[in-house]
Amino acid sequence: MSTGAVGARTDPALLAHLYRRAGFGATREQLDRLGVQDYEDTVEFLLNPTPEAGVPDDILARYMGGEAPHAYTATWLFRMINSECQLQEKMALFWHHVFATGLAKNEHVLAASDQIELFRRNGLRDMRTILLDLSHDPAMIFWLDNNENHLGEPNENYGRELLELFSLGVGNYSEIDIKNAARAFTGWTFGQPPPLYPHGYYPADFRFDPADHDEGEKTFLGSTGNLDGVDIIDIIVEQPACAAFISRHLYNFFVADEPQVPTWNDLPPQDPELVGAMSEAFLDSGGEIRDVLRVMFNSDSFKNARFKKVKSPVELVVGVLKAVGEHDDFRFGLAKYAESTTVVMGQKLLDPPTVEGWHTGKEWIDGGNLTERVNFAVGEIGDGSSPGIRRIVDRLVEGDSLSTPESFVDGTLEAIGPIEVEDVTRAALVKFAVDSEGDDDRSRVVRMLRLTVSTPEYQFA
Amino acid sequence: MATLTKNGTTNGNGKASVLVVIQMTGGNDFMNTLVPYTSGLYYDSRQTVRITEDRVLSINDKLGFHPAAAPLKEMFDEGDVAIVQGIGYENSNRSHFRAMDIMHTAEPNAISTEGWLAKAITQLDPDGKNVLTGVSFGRGLPRAMAAPGVRVTSVSDIDSYGLMTSVDIKEQRAEELDIFKRFYTPAIGSGATMSYLQQTGDDVLSGIDRLQTVPGRYESTVEYADNPIAKSLRDVARTHIAGLGTRIFYVQHAGYDHHAIEMPAHEKLLDELSGALRDFMADLREHDAAEEVVVYAFTEFGRRVQDNGSGTDHGSGGGAFIVGERVDGGLYAEYPSLDPKTFANGEDLAHTFDFRGVYATLLEQWLSVDSVDIVHGKYEQLQPFKVTQG
Repeated sequence: MSTGAVGARTDPALLAHLYRRAGFGATREQLDRLGVQDYEDTVEFLLNPTPEAGVPDDILARYMGGEAPHAYTATWLFRMINSECQLQEKMALFWHHVFATGLAKNEHVLAASDQIELFRRNGLRDMRTILLDLSHDPAMIFWLDNNENHLGEPNENYGRELLELFSLGVGNYSEIDIKNAARAFTGWTFGQPPPLYPHGYYPADFRFDPADHDEGEKTFLGSTGNLDGVDIIDIIVEQPACAAFISRHLYNFFVADEPQVPTWNDLPPQDPELVGAMSEAFLDSGGEIRDVLRVMFNSDSFKNARFKKVKSPVELVVGVLKAVGEHDDFRFGLAKYAESTTVVMGQKLLDPPTVEGWHTGKEWIDGGNLTERVNFAVGEIGDGSSPGIRRIVDRLVEGDSLSTPESFVDGTLEAIGPIEVEDVTRAALVKFAVDSEGDDDRSRVVRMLRLTVSTPEYQFA
Repeated sequence: MATLTKNGTTNGNGKASVLVVIQMTGGNDFMNTLVPYTSGLYYDSRQTVRITEDRVLSINDKLGFHPAAAPLKEMFDEGDVAIVQGIGYENSNRSHFRAMDIMHTAEPNAISTEGWLAKAITQLDPDGKNVLTGVSFGRGLPRAMAAPGVRVTSVSDIDSYGLMTSVDIKEQRAEELDIFKRFYTPAIGSGATMSYLQQTGDDVLSGIDRLQTVPGRYESTVEYADNPIAKSLRDVARTHIAGLGTRIFYVQHAGYDHHAIEMPAHEKLLDELSGALRDFMADLREHDAAEEVVVYAFTEFGRRVQDNGSGTDHGSGGGAFIVGERVDGGLYAEYPSLDPKTFANGEDLAHTFDFRGVYATLLEQWLSVDSVDIVHGKYEQLQPFKVTQG
């Protein structure tokens, strides 16, 4: 059994795990290439995206531009599949989960996609910058009605969610803090862009209206003064509760499924040690997300976290598409995966159901969704004629993997992952290997791949 | 004549009562569905998005159906349609998702993950013996049908329903499904999420074997139209006729969010829905399978009284329809007041009947399950079903 390229310094199974979590998966060829360097170096590569390693914006605009939501989500999927800056795309998805803003209310595609671009740009930076930019973001302002937050008539929607869902979590502020945070953000609004028809979308831009801003004294989390939104964010990011809340969010997204966010004040983290170390890195660095992630990805707890996280529909779909290799270059048809395939599995990009975001973990799975997931993955593997699957089949047929049923199973699990499976699953795969002995080699491998992506284990990141 | 029984297991003709829920997604314009055609305020507010008096299919001297809803009007005339007017709740939410979530969970005041129908299913099938007790047709499982630990079935297309449907060599598919079954055998010692996954896969398999028999067992002279809601209701009819023990069906009819160009779009949807309902009931009657079925069609909110020149924005004070042979047809609750002084938010129809009371009605009087825990309290109920003396 192959264990990666000659001179490998990192276990391919560990690298595959890292890429499933920090990105959307990796092909065997990528793993072989990355395996020659130390694990920590790969983590650093992921933590420091460069424009050169990403997909060029101008090329995406040329081949996949357009103003419909599916035009943007198609470009985002393309980046998820093809960008070397996998963590940059994954962090954009992370903040989209946390700062869940719904197109269904906003109905302004450009504002929605501009928000995702903000997350792509800022996702690995410091929490102060991230929250400041979020508070200036027109899509967010409209989504949580801060444009209705006026001097003398505060609208608490943004102030509340900023504290409850975006930075501190329930139990770490009072209703008075909410009211005063709302007052501090009065006058933070946006300029109404011209209507969609007949010329299409214009960007919305942030506006500050001093005449609508509450200049009075406010007390927020113990600080008193003529506080404005910037002061509120400065105070928030210094709170240990902010460090703990964001660290737990990152843990939940990258390491292991936690219970749903509203319960976090009542239920402690399953891994207080790692979340504690991440919080410490947050506080020591002034809220640098990159530093928190470095601690997390290099921890043993992360490295050993197998079967701890159910793939989101987007993770599942992009992972399969990456393996199948049909979208390594520009071609039509990518949009349907964002507009239909993931939607029937319960996740529509740009349009989370509520400000609470998607319910994750095992809530991604019900009978219908599981059927959709399995049928999608099996259908994409299909008859094995796609370039990515052909490469996997070649690798197995030309190697010595097919010599015994056991080596056939192990070789397949390695080639599509590597992924680990439970004994009962492995026994079922071995049964297939035995039953299919004597059949055409290539057909056997394709069928074994179809079975592998149908396993319960494949539903986990 | 058959009697409505109280034990929740049989009804009328001795068969178990069945509830078919139709979700009109997007916020149906109730004012243009059941039109207050003598109201000056209606015509003042609706300069563009209006049904003129000469087109209305009147049912009394104040109200009439949208002309595209002629089949529904016929069923109403036959006494099979109860119209619940002015359905809603305090501080009606204008967000589609939140409003739909509230409809799904019967919980306007908190985020809940427990669907009202899923909770009914736990009472109808306490041991979870039949994964087909609740079946949803269409994309995705609505939250109304979901709750932790409740086994339901979600089908996107019954004719192609199944696992590994893309594997077109029959023997290969059978062989691969056999292996799949081994993967999804609930095993001792798996983690909680892993065993949930295994259980879910097992449920899917046990539903599939029976659901796949449905198309082959169905013959009908009724020809449904070619549109999504007709297809979904035909799937419901076929599954119900096959007798797989389903008590709750869920289907969705999307597209009611008419902010713009409402007139042709709304007409098309009402035509599709009412035609599909007529064909569905005719199909059930042809198979002597109508009396035990009641349909409940609802939407997440009504629309703004004032039109916006092309369509209508999100509002409140919607309406719902209860359809079936056992229904005592007529108007229920009150049509929302058209006096602007009574408007919610100064611009929306104020509701006259709490939606949780409608749920309680359907749960208690039709499915004979206890509603208090499901709708979180006791709400005034309607009396929309025929009950014989004695």
